[in-house]
Amino acid sequence: MTDMLLEIDDLAIGFDVSAPWLTRLLTGTGRRLLKAVDGVSFSIARGQTFALVGESGCGKSTLARLVVGLYRPSAGHISIDGTNLARLKSRAELAPVRRRVQMIFQDPYASLNPRWRVRDIVAEPIRTHRLLRDETRIRARVDELLGQVSLAPEDGEKYPHEFSGGQRQRISIARALASEPEFLVLDEPTSALDVSVQAQILNLMKDLQRRLGLTYLFISHNLAVIYHVSDRVGVMYLGRLVELAETAELFARPRHPYTRMLLDTVPDIDMTGRVRQPVIGEVPNPIDPPSGCAFHPRCPFADDRCRGERPELRADGASLASCHAVEEGRLPDFAR
Amino acid sequence: MTPPLLEISHLSVALPTRRGTFTALDDVSFAIEAGEVLGVVGESGAGKSITAAAIIGLLEPPLRQTGGEIRLEGERIDNLPNEALRRIRGKRIGAIFQDPLTSLNPLYTIGRQLIETIRTHLPLSERAARARAIELLQETGIPAASERIAAYPHQFSGGMRQRVVIALALAANPRLLVADEPTTALDVSTQAQIIALLKRLCRDHGTAIMLVTHDMGVIAETADRVAVMYAGRVVEIGPVRDVVKAPRHPYTIGLMGSIPAIGHPLGRLRQIDGAMPRLGAIPPGCAFNPRCTQVFDRCREARPDLLPSGATRSACWLEGKIADD
Repeated sequence: MTDMLLEIDDLAIGFDVSAPWLTRLLTGTGRRLLKAVDGVSFSIARGQTFALVGESGCGKSTLARLVVGLYRPSAGHISIDGTNLARLKSRAELAPVRRRVQMIFQDPYASLNPRWRVRDIVAEPIRTHRLLRDETRIRARVDELLGQVSLAPEDGEKYPHEFSGGQRQRISIARALASEPEFLVLDEPTSALDVSVQAQILNLMKDLQRRLGLTYLFISHNLAVIYHVSDRVGVMYLGRLVELAETAELFARPRHPYTRMLLDTVPDIDMTGRVRQPVIGEVPNPIDPPSGCAFHPRCPFADDRCRGERPELRADGASLASCHAVEEGRLPDFAR
Repeated sequence: MTPPLLEISHLSVALPTRRGTFTALDDVSFAIEAGEVLGVVGESGAGKSITAAAIIGLLEPPLRQTGGEIRLEGERIDNLPNEALRRIRGKRIGAIFQDPLTSLNPLYTIGRQLIETIRTHLPLSERAARARAIELLQETGIPAASERIAAYPHQFSGGMRQRVVIALALAANPRLLVADEPTTALDVSTQAQIIALLKRLCRDHGTAIMLVTHDMGVIAETADRVAVMYAGRVVEIGPVRDVVKAPRHPYTIGLMGSIPAIGHPLGRLRQIDGAMPRLGAIPPGCAFNPRCTQVFDRCREARPDLLPSGATRSACWLEGKIADD
């Protein structure tokens, strides 16, 4: 059996999006619950990169926040290296896990305190977790961390506004590495960056993973980026996993019609002139998801069963997919 | 010989600041033919949006044009008074911006906004304008257009709002559409739909499009020709297939190599070290020289102009060097 660092089992979280009490009383409407993540299970092996892909509102960022403990799940379990997070109640119990799990956000302009010097930003986790107490050693460690992300020790004396977007994301990475984590949750880490800078950051993430043996949960809407960075991929649609597979398998033989649609939206940069299915419709409102399979209004293969019965994730060859059409074997082969 | 639909020659735009006047656009020249899609691609700070703003006469002060000309169907438009420019904008040049919400008035129904735009530019009665508005909404793929025309912008999704903005831009049947990052704020599946829509409209109406984007994939899908911008200059321009498949300028080569693509070999992506220079810190000679892997003395001294290079034109001294050797 492989060594699983992160295990997620039947995870769910709902947000109360009801109207205020008085409005509900006057209009006779009930409470409304937005199921942002619903019944999601997967695991990530140590040293691997697991990617979550989906469009806005699919719940991928909510899932990232659940994993790092920024939200509490309403159902299901998250365990990191065998420790069930739900069992840890006090801050003191959570602190060791928090040290081992760090997060990097999309917007490097919003995630760094503009009034702190870079040196203090990077040193903060060291001080919080009391990893080093001696200021000279903290200083040496910060220099080493800046070096790991290809910044100079002098950069530590500057403020975030003196850096470009790509350099700021390097500072975020240095800060994340400061607590010596094993597991990084990367929520769209390159989406705000220019492509030439994106390539620098993706290469850096790969180098760090190899050097430090890190495990990544990588969240992105960009399938081409995911193809490059990940070992396994989960595709999310309206809060649920619709497909789960090794990266090579997912891109070679996508099962779920939604995965196929996403692949067909990737611009054809090689200009092969490949014929693609036109995209139908838009992501529905997650407050009021469609019955049965949530993708059925946009699916060219939907039938009565899809409209009435919600499909579960089932094995299909080397992949898992939640689709009646896949299960019944009535999907055509995907051409690319 | 008929002049091109749009011709920009030696356009320069400056940004005066307290620390001196910076060059935002430096001697930019290109043309767009009727019915053609010209992609303008570059990373943030390359000057692509400033070029678009200059064409539609909406340069945000303190930015100001310091040289060059912009001609629409042979007629110079960059020196026109505001009132005359306003008549051209909307009537002969339509504009689409990144965020559809900033282009729509939240207080009016989309029908009101469409009818007003149509009647500003075309001599139509209220009824005829309304019929045309519904027709435009249908054409841009809004379902149940005759009912949705009474809705307000907030009642539409992001993709549907961008369709409304496209309908507005097309209201007076302009010859040229300037689209600045029209799909950047949208989800990937919506982006694919909007790209398909723009392509179809361009084909059906013979409308030319200047498509400004940072996404080379969108350009490869849509454009006939592409201009690559870097630090306020066009560094390479040519037919899209040539630029995408066989780029000549070292910046374009680096840019293409840094784009992850499905099916390409895994492993490290080609990266361009460093970042685009800030305004006011643009190096002398070729602006790309500090990041270029093939830099030599001449690149640091003199600025290269666009030179013919295969099927494209590239602003790089390597072209001359190969010829000299």
